[in-house]
Amino acid sequence: MTEASPIVAAPSERFDVQRVREDFPALHQDVHGKSLVYLDSAATTLKPQSVIDAVDEVYARDCANIHRAVHLLSQRATVRFEEAREKVRAFVNALNKREIVFTRGTTEAINLVSQSWGRSSLREGDEVLVTELEHHSNIVPWQILCQQTGAKLVVVPMTDRGEVLRESFEQNLSERTRLVAMSHVSNALGTVLPVQEAIALAHERGALVLLDGAQAVSHVDVDVQALDCDFYAFSGHKLYGPTGIGVLYGKERLLDKMPPYQGGGDMIRSVTFEETIYNDLPYKFEAGTPHIAGAIGLGAAIDYFSSFDARLVHAHENAVLRYATEALEAVPGLRLIGTAPGKVAALSFLMESAHPHDIGTIIDAEGVAIRTGHHCAQPVMEHFGIAATARASLGIYNNREDIDALVAALWKVRELFG
Amino acid sequence: MDLRELYQEVILDHGKNPRNHRFPESYNREGRGYNPLCGDKIALRLQLEGETISDVGFVGQGCAISQASCSTMTEAIKGKTVPEVEALFSKFHNMVTSDDGSGEDLETLGKLAVFAGVREFPMRVKCATLGWHTLRQALHEESGEAVTE
Repeated sequence: MTEASPIVAAPSERFDVQRVREDFPALHQDVHGKSLVYLDSAATTLKPQSVIDAVDEVYARDCANIHRAVHLLSQRATVRFEEAREKVRAFVNALNKREIVFTRGTTEAINLVSQSWGRSSLREGDEVLVTELEHHSNIVPWQILCQQTGAKLVVVPMTDRGEVLRESFEQNLSERTRLVAMSHVSNALGTVLPVQEAIALAHERGALVLLDGAQAVSHVDVDVQALDCDFYAFSGHKLYGPTGIGVLYGKERLLDKMPPYQGGGDMIRSVTFEETIYNDLPYKFEAGTPHIAGAIGLGAAIDYFSSFDARLVHAHENAVLRYATEALEAVPGLRLIGTAPGKVAALSFLMESAHPHDIGTIIDAEGVAIRTGHHCAQPVMEHFGIAATARASLGIYNNREDIDALVAALWKVRELFG
Repeated sequence: MDLRELYQEVILDHGKNPRNHRFPESYNREGRGYNPLCGDKIALRLQLEGETISDVGFVGQGCAISQASCSTMTEAIKGKTVPEVEALFSKFHNMVTSDDGSGEDLETLGKLAVFAGVREFPMRVKCATLGWHTLRQALHEESGEAVTE
């Protein structure tokens, strides 16, 4: 059983990154004959052994569908699936488990709110507010909704440092704003958005707030009750869990009134051809057999992550980020994109002589994995008048040696491209 | 993995200083290319006189591979007929995508043969073919833009 966390963290004020690295098997491999340096955690985090084991165990032992059969395997799978929901609830500090809906990921969670809440609530002339920093998955679902309802998409601009200021947020809120959909942390730049202030301002105007927490959950504390957000969406695979599983948190009184997103099994109480009675929360929003192993794997990821003192994890990551910022700034011809104070975990940059795609290929040959491209945030790229950046992003397992390897690899780019 | 196989001198040179990097004064065909993966964009214009490409130029931004490929392509196709260009494209495409690395036609590709190394970098094949797809779109007057996806 992997109920208990495999890491028993001794009370210590020091974060032992070497020990953490041992938990991640994927870190210990060579690529192109070099030790892997993984700096792409904003795309997806690597998985600790305990998560891999938890997923493995579902298929090797508790392989059954949930909420259905009376046999023992189904019982065990159901219990573990619902335990995972409770772990998610505790992790984001939701009031109760009915507010935790499993989805395929952040994207599906946002689409759920757009199509269920949005289609049933918005009218022509209503406004949905997003920021210029959003990932495409927090733009496109609202564009679709606006086309369907006649509502208007309003964009809060960002500064050249990649910040969203309270003033510009306030200026773009109006009496017609029905929903604010914004990132908690920007994926392209690492900016932490002023969500607490935004939520207070939005609520004053009677607007709801959805936070896209995909990049936030592993880097900043998330307490949905303290934030008082109405919806919070995140993905398991950016929190050291499996891909294909995510979470929508929603306030119960809102979820309760919302129509189902998809129809199918598990989301109903009874079906006749005349009438269907929907199931209770959260099952009303979980049509079909869910990603059972994914949810249980996410539960294991939360166990793993929660076995550390979050303050120490964040302090460690911030120390590596500061070190990386200084190291990259010292590379001639390198320019950082996104320099908001208090940013976390991601460094977007350009080099004078080489296109991001070339940088990516050259440093891959040195074993260094980063992301290159527009990071599904083309409006951010457009703001800076560029098509793409190179982005190094951090996870719990990264250390200064990783940054040294990145910088050494960037010098190879300079050697080749001048 | 030898990066010099990919980033040959000719590619670095053309990437840095692309040839025919301007629109021709007169043109009767135009194509636009876009690689949604990396944001590379190319606009290409050419003058077709009968079956012969008498002038061609492009503007755009992108990685060294895409810019160099477009640059060397414009050099290679100027003065050639449409069927000749089609044959060249087919050889080029084969060179950068074939698994066996047979490359029997490398000699007939001339300078374009420097892109043979791209085959070892599957993620970069689209960079090398963006210009060519844009060219074919321009020649065949397909509407919209060539997307390497």
